[in-house]
Amino acid sequence: VSTETATRPAGVAAGQAVARGRRRRPLNRQVLVGGTVVLVTVLVALVSLVWTPRPPGAQDLGASLLPPFWMDGAKGGFPLGTDLNGRDLLSRIMVGAQASLFVGIASVLVGGVIGLVLGLVAGYFGGWVESLVMRLVDIQLSLPGVLLAIAILAATGKGLFNVVLVLGFVSWVQYARIVRGSTLGVRAQEYVLGARALGATHGRILARHILPNILPPILVVATINVSSNILAEAALSYLGVGVPLSTVTWGGMLNEGKQVFELAWWNAVWPGLAILLVVFGINLLGDGLSER
Amino acid sequence: MAGYLVQRLWQSVLVLLAVSVLSFVLIFLSGDPVAALVPLNARQEDVDNIRRAYNLDQPVAVQYLIFLRHAAVGDMGESFRFKSDALSLVLGRLPNTILLAVCSMLLSMVISLPLGILAASYKGRLPDAIGSTVALLGISMPSFWLGVILILVFAGGLRWLPASGSGTWKHLVLPTVTVSAFATGLLIRLVRRSVADTMGQMFVVTARGKGLSERTIAWTHVLRNSAIPIVTVMGLQFGALLGGSVVVETVFAWPGVGWLMIQAIEARDLPVIRAAVLILAVFIVAINLAVDFLYTLLDPRIRLGARAA
Repeated sequence: VSTETATRPAGVAAGQAVARGRRRRPLNRQVLVGGTVVLVTVLVALVSLVWTPRPPGAQDLGASLLPPFWMDGAKGGFPLGTDLNGRDLLSRIMVGAQASLFVGIASVLVGGVIGLVLGLVAGYFGGWVESLVMRLVDIQLSLPGVLLAIAILAATGKGLFNVVLVLGFVSWVQYARIVRGSTLGVRAQEYVLGARALGATHGRILARHILPNILPPILVVATINVSSNILAEAALSYLGVGVPLSTVTWGGMLNEGKQVFELAWWNAVWPGLAILLVVFGINLLGDGLSER
Repeated sequence: MAGYLVQRLWQSVLVLLAVSVLSFVLIFLSGDPVAALVPLNARQEDVDNIRRAYNLDQPVAVQYLIFLRHAAVGDMGESFRFKSDALSLVLGRLPNTILLAVCSMLLSMVISLPLGILAASYKGRLPDAIGSTVALLGISMPSFWLGVILILVFAGGLRWLPASGSGTWKHLVLPTVTVSAFATGLLIRLVRRSVADTMGQMFVVTARGKGLSERTIAWTHVLRNSAIPIVTVMGLQFGALLGGSVVVETVFAWPGVGWLMIQAIEARDLPVIRAAVLILAVFIVAINLAVDFLYTLLDPRIRLGARAA
């Protein structure tokens, strides 16, 4: 932008800047709304580490299946109602944010690092390394991630960290493809050639000259990947192959509530709405970021 | 062209081999499958007999080769649970899964093509806002949860449609809507973006300059040229639909491969898990191959040069 305006007369450039500022506002709204939702979720997760209205695991069989506050039969202190064991749904929804965010972010880090390394190596060195990586990409792409994740988790067993590793493992492809593509472009730039001529090592060129230049598109993919991995974790936990029920997760709450949905719809609605809201927020943020 | 076909076929064979290794090895990470087959108080002798009967006493590499040799002629072992041929069990469920996936794909196309084109034509205005929000909701909704809510409303509350099972068209409605939600959202976004990109091209300006109606431009000039990315994603999405149906089939007790697989996982029924993964993979690879051939029909340029990665 700056080089473009520099070549034009000052008055025109100023006028353009104003027009551009105005045009940008609707895009910023996506970032603003999405970012707010994400921020609130993070805050709720942090608060729930130290405080919830009630202990999330506290059972009270006298308070089983209480409805949310506006319905007949609601009891004070349980604004969103309770589950079959009389546990407070609001407290559990708050705590559930921890697992969703943790799995979403940690699995993206795992997948991102694998994809980044393989993509960089493939794009920078080329040759048989590149063919090998791209063949792996083809293989991974022809299998749906959820199917693969279920199959792997069926073998390794449930667990928070297993879910993180498996979701990271099935999402590395996206990063590897983009990183390889942009590395190919950056590698051909003259400053990379210059660095080579000055005697920089491959490692230094990759870390100092190539990596910083390919990061922005990766960040957009990573943002959207956080949301898809949160969805995947919820599905896995709902099926009973993901995070074990000893950790409070939204998917796990839906799994536990299955039998009482007809009796107490709030057990089905709140966890799903929580997932929908967070994922919607992250996707909105990702959209806004990708359109700049 | 022939070279390209051969290359793609060879690649598909490699993919399938990789899948077979993966599905074979993974299941061995899970611990001793014999433990699932025998009662807790079984005598050591019986345990050993079962181990031998299923070749579980051989080294893993030998077991894999045995498995591969048998799989090549369609023998994927016998279900531990049902004591019947695993492959025919899976193949028997396959039509239900395909029916669900095809109906869902059709539904997403019927919704997403017009909505996507409309959104692109009125970019930044009301139809765009509606289309984009619907799309974002579609890709943000946990599909199994949508299924649960649909059951509560249409089966529980209104009593219009059955909550689970199969047999009539009524059983198909809720699962189809549920499976298609994500694909619909994705396709609306994709159609919108690629149509909007194409509309900026010079040949569209020319067509408009010739005085063609907006409708003719949209359907003949724009849609044909936006088709490649749309067909790609639809092909990939069909595979994802098959995978996603694993989750949704379980919600609706839809007797497809996915539900069978989840039940097999609960029962640690190895041959069935393996057969299900392999059959779904074969199917997905075949679809990807078909999509690639479809490309060459849509874009003659691909027939000449190698496909860009």
